[in-house]
Amino acid sequence: MTVAASPLSAPDGAQPQADRPADSPTVRTRVPEVAASTTAGTTTDPATDEPGDVVLALSGVSLRYGAFRAVRDVELAVGRNAVTALIGPSGCGKTTLLRTLNRMNDLVPGFIVEGRITFDEVDLFGPGVDAVAVRRRIGMVFQKPNPFPRSIYDNIAFGPKINGYQGDMDELVETSLRRAALWNEVKDKLKQSGMALSGGQQQRLCIARAIATEPEVILMDEPCSALDPRATLQIEELIRELKSRYTIVIVTHNMQQAARASDRTVFMTMGEDRAGYIVETGPTNRIFTQPTHQLTDDYVSGRFG
Amino acid sequence: MDAAAVQPRFEPRLARRKLYGTIFYGLCILAVAILILAILILLVDVFIRALPWLSLDFITGVPSRRAAEAGIWPAILGSLLIVGLATVFAFPIGLAAAIYLEEYASDTRTNRLLRTNISNLSGVPSIVYGIFGLAIFVRALSLGYTPLSAALTLALLILPVVIIVTMEALRAVPRAQREGAYALGATRWQVTARAVLPAAWGGILTGIILALARAIGETAPLILVGAAGFVTFAPSVLGEGFTVLPMQIFQWAGLPQADFQGLAAAAIVVLLVMLLLLNAVALLLRARLGRHIQW
Repeated sequence: MTVAASPLSAPDGAQPQADRPADSPTVRTRVPEVAASTTAGTTTDPATDEPGDVVLALSGVSLRYGAFRAVRDVELAVGRNAVTALIGPSGCGKTTLLRTLNRMNDLVPGFIVEGRITFDEVDLFGPGVDAVAVRRRIGMVFQKPNPFPRSIYDNIAFGPKINGYQGDMDELVETSLRRAALWNEVKDKLKQSGMALSGGQQQRLCIARAIATEPEVILMDEPCSALDPRATLQIEELIRELKSRYTIVIVTHNMQQAARASDRTVFMTMGEDRAGYIVETGPTNRIFTQPTHQLTDDYVSGRFG
Repeated sequence: MDAAAVQPRFEPRLARRKLYGTIFYGLCILAVAILILAILILLVDVFIRALPWLSLDFITGVPSRRAAEAGIWPAILGSLLIVGLATVFAFPIGLAAAIYLEEYASDTRTNRLLRTNISNLSGVPSIVYGIFGLAIFVRALSLGYTPLSAALTLALLILPVVIIVTMEALRAVPRAQREGAYALGATRWQVTARAVLPAAWGGILTGIILALARAIGETAPLILVGAAGFVTFAPSVLGEGFTVLPMQIFQWAGLPQADFQGLAAAAIVVLLVMLLLLNAVALLLRARLGRHIQW
């Protein structure tokens, strides 16, 4: 019951300690610690723990693939023009949760969403909402850069074209590439194949491609996991720049990346039934310096996961 | 314990292991050598026999009872017409069927059965297609012994191959490409038409051309739907009386005179050149359309 004191934690009966190996010495001391810090966290300054202007709101969300429950009981508010990082051990459902937000997982047979997700206060899975329309407004960047085997120009123009863009395409391509910090590197070779670029450039091309459909939200699924450290830093810098215009949700395995690039951090883990859940959510600073839960502390300090 | 520790626990036999590798390498070389030798002997033999008969007149002439005056122009035209028509029929149907099976059909038991059966169809002996063509196109639909019947029969024959290679080409396009397009707000049709098909064109066209190469060499089913051995006029789609190159070769090869054996060899060379050209086009297309595709 002490765990349930946090507003975003698992519900009654969920025992996060089940995730830890039984012989771990910290397990026994966990409960009092959590109780103490939870109280501190919620009483000191609750205002900072919730984003102001909410773009995506999830309440009571559980995600299933057929009979298998991948994620359960998610309560989450994603703030506008901020970077929200999803961190947690492998298999805890971060990517599943992310791919639910632009309804990509609709394409997976047997995928079921329970609970309520709103996007700008409209039910994302409501009867009048078309997944195709959602995906233009909530863009996505994937783990491995996946440019189309076309020219750089056509890679950017692809999204606008299929969505019936009426404006000046040259201008849109340039703006998108500029915003993705790629323009200077490719402005003289727009007709060259997007696949001829380096990995980091390809990923920025994919970000530019996502930007070109003028989305409000950009989802990033471990966008740097296939890149070298230098390209990674470039992308992180870009993410910080992009948040003035876009709301960004990023899944990452890289703790430093979450710490460096995000405003808010969501820590997920999974229970014995392999269903992922959110342990705690808060401003990145607080999650990394004064986590409320022992599980979070262990994870961000590298003792687990 | 000490003794056990001192005793070597590995017996590498490195020389022997390497010898096995060398032996296997030698066997592989031998197999390839046999293959190349067989093909070379065949080709050289055919070319030597054909050489005296190959001339422009031979290509532009019509069959004759006198070997010296015989040509294969009606057969070349017949082959091009029938294989061309067969492609026109088989390509759109095969492409659409493959797109349905690969991109749209869900993975149900019925669809799996369908896929397996299409693979099986590509293994059905071609004479069976000939009998089918005779019963359906020539007789039931009253199309007669015409190039149209022949083309429809060949279209059926290559359809399974077209479907299979197209499905393979579509499957070779990574899921990440489809997801990339979906994530930009593409509908299923847009994903298929603008992301998957363009990336798969090289593979699809290569497969189609290889199917053509199969069709152009077929004889048996065409005999059943009316291909004749002695046709002296250019074929027309709905006109009875036509021939194709393999038919002409079969006809000449069956005659007792040595001169006609030479003509058959010369016609084989022409057929081989046509096949070679088709394959060259396939290679070229693959190289051009797949130029900057490396997943």
